[in-house]
Amino acid sequence: MALLETRDLGITFGGLQALQHLDLSLEPREIVGLIGPNGAGKTTVFNLLTSVYPPTTGSITLDGVSIVGKKTYQITQLGIARTFQNIRLFKDISVIDNVKIAMNAQMRYPTLAGILRLPSYRREEQEVHSRAMELLGIFSLEEFAQSKAKNLPYGKQRKLEMARALAANPKVLLLDEPAAGMNPTETQELMETISLIHRTFDIAILLIEHDMSFVMGICQRLVVLDYGKVIARGTPEEIQKNPAVIAAYLGGDEE
Amino acid sequence: MSFLLQVINGLQVGSIYALVALGYNMVYGIVQLINFAHGDIIMVGAYGAYVVLVLCGLPVWVAVLASIALCVIAGVGIEKVAYSRLRNHNAPRISLLITAIGVSIFLQNLFQLIFGSAGIPFPSMFQVAPINLGGLNISFVTILTIVVTVLLMIALQLLVGKTKIGKAMRAVSEDADAAKLMGINTNSTVAFTFGLGSGLAAVGSVLYSNAYPMITPFMGSMLGLKAFVAAVLGGIGSIPGAMLGGFIMGIVESLTKGYISTQLADAVVFGILIVVLLVKPSGLLGRNATEKV
Repeated sequence: MALLETRDLGITFGGLQALQHLDLSLEPREIVGLIGPNGAGKTTVFNLLTSVYPPTTGSITLDGVSIVGKKTYQITQLGIARTFQNIRLFKDISVIDNVKIAMNAQMRYPTLAGILRLPSYRREEQEVHSRAMELLGIFSLEEFAQSKAKNLPYGKQRKLEMARALAANPKVLLLDEPAAGMNPTETQELMETISLIHRTFDIAILLIEHDMSFVMGICQRLVVLDYGKVIARGTPEEIQKNPAVIAAYLGGDEE
Repeated sequence: MSFLLQVINGLQVGSIYALVALGYNMVYGIVQLINFAHGDIIMVGAYGAYVVLVLCGLPVWVAVLASIALCVIAGVGIEKVAYSRLRNHNAPRISLLITAIGVSIFLQNLFQLIFGSAGIPFPSMFQVAPINLGGLNISFVTILTIVVTVLLMIALQLLVGKTKIGKAMRAVSEDADAAKLMGINTNSTVAFTFGLGSGLAAVGSVLYSNAYPMITPFMGSMLGLKAFVAAVLGGIGSIPGAMLGGFIMGIVESLTKGYISTQLADAVVFGILIVVLLVKPSGLLGRNATEKV
């Protein structure tokens, strides 16, 4: 059974069909790329999966359970975490607290125990602190733990976003243009980080990306969207040769 | 000597301004709403303590706890009934502001209906002789007010800085949508913030009623306004700002009363607001808000 599955997923904004008939499945430990020209509806898919928008049609299941109609924070707690196309860290909060915030939902001590600083509070906060440092370590960010997130250089902010998403302990990680604005060296480094995450955390990854060499290098399967519809799916090699994809990217003769 | 006494008096009233200002600032920090009903929460707390203490004849500690509980319930209730729908439907901020003023008018009239508009004398809760500190006779309530306020502020700093709910509050105040996507229940975080601010106001309310033992349905508006000035002075949205602004306001007011004129005290206090808005609108410790264009 697929870990994450959508059937006939669609959404209409006013009269605009931003996405229609999307059947998407993600197996455990799989890396799938979602590609397509600007405005094809890729980020809309992420927003539907995380219930930022309610879908107009179709279903979404995680582990066989429908997640349509659940609140965004509940979906994150159920196991879907994401990063953003334009970085959305908590800028004025320290790097380590950015990570710890995403672990909040996994902490069990009651607020009163926190006010009174009872042993349960100390134990859990201690545990979260070491887990957060460990995560920062994977992304080589430990030395910046106490700096404010906004003071990190761009590439490190992108890494911190990923660390923060992983802190929510997801089964599925959604990465929205992780390589945006990166130079080739940084992109290369990012690919290595993503493979490392994939090996370490036993998660499935769905990623949106424009950089072709990036998706070709890292994804096992690709789904291509154009004008809110799937126009092709397959392995990177198949997609590269697909005439419909080439037409969509280079401007075909459809219209 | 008398200068020192004035400063201590200033710290007392400043403590109360600070406790109330914290509520304004925490709520503004998290939902960008100036909650004009916050001043009236003080009045609710004072009447709550009065009912338990005088009408029910229960002990002081019960009255204090009841007052805090009543204010927390009122604060969270107001947020749930009046504000949360507006927020969840992305209503413009002006609608929220007008709703807040409406809630304030409602509370004042409700209490006027129940208790009448005349002032009610508030019994002294702490009958302890003044304490002599280095030749100064300082009343017990003054010392209690300052000590309780300082302790609450330390506790609040720890709560916001080091606990999970504090982290959630900071996350929601920075970016509520991103916080949701990190698994944070923003609605319950906002409700908690309202409850926390109202609880602090209840403590301020009990301390204030002991210092100025006459309660009326309108007592919250002037105190609330001054606490609001303290919040703006310190930096709207900033927790340390509320504390600093409260203490400065209290001392300035007390020194004006002591050395210039009692009648001018309010003018000076609101003069501060004008000066702050002209010179440093973000307040002493406030963030510079940059609007995206």
